[in-house]
Amino acid sequence: MTAYILRRLGTSIVVVVGVSIFMFLLLHVIYPSPALDVLGPKANLAVVAAWNRQHGFNDPVAVQYLRYMKGLLHGDLGFAYKANQSVTSLFGEVWLRSAYLSGISLLFAVLIAIPLGVYQAARRNSIGDNVVTGLAFTTYAMPVFFLGLILLQLFAFSLHIFNFEASQSDSIWAIIGDWHSMALPIATLTLISVAGYSRYMRSSAIDQLAQDFIKAARAKGLPERLVLTRHLLRNACLPMVTLIGLSIPFLLSGNLLTEQLFNYHGLGLLFYNSLNTVDYNILLAYTLIGAVLTVVGNLVADIALTVADPRIRLA
Amino acid sequence: MAQVSATLGPLDITRAPEGGEIGPIQSGWKLAAREFARNRLAVLGMAILVFFVLFCFAGPLVYHGQVLVTNLNVTDQPPGTGHPLGTDDLGFDNLALLMWGGRAALTVGFLAAVIGIGVGALWGSIAGLAGGVVDTVMMRIVDVFLSIPFLFVVLIVAVKYGASVLGLSLVIGGYTWLVPARLIRGEVLTLRERDFVAAAKAAGSTQWRLIRRHLLPNALGVIIVNVTFNVADAILAVAALGYLGFGLHYPTQDWGDLLSKGLSYLQDGYWWLIYPVGACIVLVVMAANLVGDALRDALDVRLRRR
Repeated sequence: MTAYILRRLGTSIVVVVGVSIFMFLLLHVIYPSPALDVLGPKANLAVVAAWNRQHGFNDPVAVQYLRYMKGLLHGDLGFAYKANQSVTSLFGEVWLRSAYLSGISLLFAVLIAIPLGVYQAARRNSIGDNVVTGLAFTTYAMPVFFLGLILLQLFAFSLHIFNFEASQSDSIWAIIGDWHSMALPIATLTLISVAGYSRYMRSSAIDQLAQDFIKAARAKGLPERLVLTRHLLRNACLPMVTLIGLSIPFLLSGNLLTEQLFNYHGLGLLFYNSLNTVDYNILLAYTLIGAVLTVVGNLVADIALTVADPRIRLA
Repeated sequence: MAQVSATLGPLDITRAPEGGEIGPIQSGWKLAAREFARNRLAVLGMAILVFFVLFCFAGPLVYHGQVLVTNLNVTDQPPGTGHPLGTDDLGFDNLALLMWGGRAALTVGFLAAVIGIGVGALWGSIAGLAGGVVDTVMMRIVDVFLSIPFLFVVLIVAVKYGASVLGLSLVIGGYTWLVPARLIRGEVLTLRERDFVAAAKAAGSTQWRLIRRHLLPNALGVIIVNVTFNVADAILAVAALGYLGFGLHYPTQDWGDLLSKGLSYLQDGYWWLIYPVGACIVLVVMAANLVGDALRDALDVRLRRR
């Protein structure tokens, strides 16, 4: 077990380093130096060259990369030249908002998808099952922003139940308390995730229903409700563990689109705004954070699965 | 296959044991086609796709709506005579915009999927066939790319290179080869142990010929299924980029651009600028997913109902 975890940890680190090299090179090619942003678009070429030399943008890429990584290991994500602020302090102001939106949406999505999948498997091919499958399939084919737009039209502009904009408050507690404003962004991200999960949950539950232990549970006279909740549920959830780990990149992408649509000032919106100004340290830092979250998510999911499922024997 | 049935000789079905009937042997592709045609949802999906291809590529030849010259006398008209789906803020005809937007979206979607599959098939088959260190390195590279959230990288690259149809296809295709590469590597790993590959090797096939003539044709099922899913994903990606404003540059527009524009009229009640184009995206993506699901069921022998 320890050997397995160590080996997985090793490959994870290799992947993260690979991501950092690739992203650094990519941004370097697209955007070699922020000199013109700092000095103004009409800056004298000699001044630009001097500034580049002074700030190390003339050094070989490898040297620049190693300098960046050294800073990264000390918790320094670089300097956002357009925003004129360090990326660490910029992210420090907003990361909790994104974490709240993504986290609670993921939680709701799992809490909805699991019982839904079990229900669909238990009532396989009934009207209810077909309706849920159809809805999930439609939502799955929907761009995040179109789903958000429909919810906006319905609940904000037609029925006036919820606010059309996400909470603009600075305090995370005020945001959490502001259901009126946060319901629609959370619902959008949750529904998109549910659409992704429910298909897998349904087929996993159907697979498990055909197993002998379900027959045994029924044969000993257990009420169907208990068969489903005690015996089926736990086993059918196992593939979900891996799936949640794998879905983190999609969650982050959805988070970006949702934040943009509802004007929610989190990391996603910050990233989007930085695309317009090409503030590259912000782009680099958030992409790296996303990649690390993905790698860690997969690692945790794999380890959690070996803990949850004793049948998995590791070589 | 035909030879096999010939050597079996005439088979007297009436005297064959019950439950063990042997029908005429058909090729795998014919079986798959029959299986596919039996799936009503798949046929519906196929019909939707064909409809949209005709709508977007043949439509503008028949229906000449104004999409290039503004006409400020007819801005934001609701659907009516002359403009079946209304007009936008520049007096452009919405139905014609849908056709042109769909042309861009479908072209990018298809090109990106083909690029993704092409690269993925080569990458996966080389890695699977080479094995060892080459395989490990190539697959780690795939892991690296898969760990970066798709939208982030595509957005960063699209800022600079996403302005044209070909550029946008390359940007999206440059990211959609990862899953096919993994799947095809898996397929190649099982195929390369088979006798016909050993026979080809013994006959002196080069690695390249092995990939081209023996491995890829046998992995064609996986490839075809993946093209359809990739088309769906690519169309969603194009829409997302267009919506965020980093897609194609004016005057080429895709459905995402149109939807993003329509969004600003949400409160004005100009529904015809929002829901038709949204429905187009959802229908095409859903149809592609339906076809992909059905193809997987039809081509995967393990899933086929007999």
